[in-house]
Amino acid sequence: MSTLVFVESADGKIKKTSLEAVAYAHALKNSVTAIALGSVEQAELESLGKYGAQKVLHASDSKLNAGVIQAYASVLVKAMQDENADVLVLANSSLGTPIAARVAARIGASLASNVVEVPDTSAGFVVKRSIYTGKAFAKVELKNPRKVIGLKKNAAEAKEVGGTVSVTPYAVSLADADFAVTITSSEKATGEVLLPEANIVVSGGRGMKGPEHWSILEELARTLHAATGCSKPVSDMGWRPHHEHVGQTGVKVAPQLYIAVGISGAIQHLAGVNSSKCIVVINKDAEAPFFKAADYGIVGDAFDVIPKLTEAIKAAK
Amino acid sequence: MKILVCITHVPDTTSKINFTDNNTKFDPAGVQFIIGPYDDYALARAIEIKEASGATVTVLNVGPVETEPTIRKALAIGADDAIRVNAEPTDSFFVAAQIAEHAKGYDLILMGRESIDYNSGVVHGIVGEMLGIPSVSPVMKLEIDGTKAKLAREIEGGKEYLEVSLPFVAGCQEPIAEWKIPNMRGIMSARTKPLKVVDPKAVDSGVALQKFELPAPKGSVKMISADNVTELVTLLKNEAKVL
Repeated sequence: MSTLVFVESADGKIKKTSLEAVAYAHALKNSVTAIALGSVEQAELESLGKYGAQKVLHASDSKLNAGVIQAYASVLVKAMQDENADVLVLANSSLGTPIAARVAARIGASLASNVVEVPDTSAGFVVKRSIYTGKAFAKVELKNPRKVIGLKKNAAEAKEVGGTVSVTPYAVSLADADFAVTITSSEKATGEVLLPEANIVVSGGRGMKGPEHWSILEELARTLHAATGCSKPVSDMGWRPHHEHVGQTGVKVAPQLYIAVGISGAIQHLAGVNSSKCIVVINKDAEAPFFKAADYGIVGDAFDVIPKLTEAIKAAK
Repeated sequence: MKILVCITHVPDTTSKINFTDNNTKFDPAGVQFIIGPYDDYALARAIEIKEASGATVTVLNVGPVETEPTIRKALAIGADDAIRVNAEPTDSFFVAAQIAEHAKGYDLILMGRESIDYNSGVVHGIVGEMLGIPSVSPVMKLEIDGTKAKLAREIEGGKEYLEVSLPFVAGCQEPIAEWKIPNMRGIMSARTKPLKVVDPKAVDSGVALQKFELPAPKGSVKMISADNVTELVTLLKNEAKVL
């Protein structure tokens, strides 16, 4: 019995959510094999041992440098067989979630995505999933011998439990059918903190009055090493790009700290932020419904409060 | 071209979620049901393709008889006919297996990136795997060019541009198309469009719901004066421990 963990990387670095996936697998108390595909830094792979991987496989075939979902799914299915793994754990993402679907369907595994905590195995194998866009949870028993588990951010804490491990090259044979979808190009924000993975998010709403005022939020975000987000009206009006839209039909975030500036707090927006550990709301309208969902609130003018807050954080560092 | 659009019947995004029967059943009291917002984008794009280049659009829903008004709304928006698989949509694998049973012969199978009730985001992938065809999600742009399609997919912090041959499955999201509102003529004609009701295929999906839970209620907000932002920084550091 062993657990396979698919680790995702960006620019050669393992994503934090994938370290959480390794930690989650470690908590299942079976042997843990991590597998990375495409181009990843060697030292990053070796460090997976610290988080609980006993073995690290690296399929470095250059055809896998781009995240082709079907090809990745095929490699993971084969790796599960080779490693005699009965559980696959991965982080939910634009890559991980579709891969989980295809792997589970191909091997006949019980599948759960958006899992928020380590399973209860006292009677069967029961996972807790986030549903209704964070408004509720479901406890679901995974009954098949093989299981595929997709994790929501913060499902496990990535902490050091061991030392580095050596990396085993993993040879793959890829079929043309695995590349039926071709990636012709991609656009990716570089050098920024990515919203879905950020520990701190600074978000702006209509109260910011226009895209030209975003610089004060960006300055605050830089100071906090945070990602910037926005409400739906803001992305609908084209003030900010769509991938920054936080909410029910946009990105769901789960940071340690969410700072909402000039956002009234429509229920659809709250659905995207309700997994945040701590919420700060800054709004000049004391009646804004967002205050009811906040941990800390300031009634005030963003253009006055935000620069002062940025300075106060710099001073406290 | 034949397009299949799979729709969910879900609580409106403003709904308060409650459960009954010792937290094992969703409580529909006072809840308004809608076409899943992501499915609505998929449907709108299918209708655009139909209007631009000719296609038939079939909607499919897995659900009990209560979902028929939602299906009729999709017909009013412009779908040609509908299939309802008469079963509770208990989990992703079950729903995907029902879709796969009826999806053969379609050039394009569209649905939302995820349903807004169970949020699994996996049905399109499972259907693709069951039919042995590609699946792409979340798709924010879809252009058909003969037997090929050009797509844009949202990835963390950006987009990816893709090409794929028909047939394939796509999980859709904004801004693939603008939502369409049914007009009076659409609503009238929807009443007589064919809606076929079929029995579900028996499927063992390997998952069993045990219980629903609501999150712990949030403590009350601590208000801080706008003149005292340093206090906020101190609280975030020492009390919330998030800085």
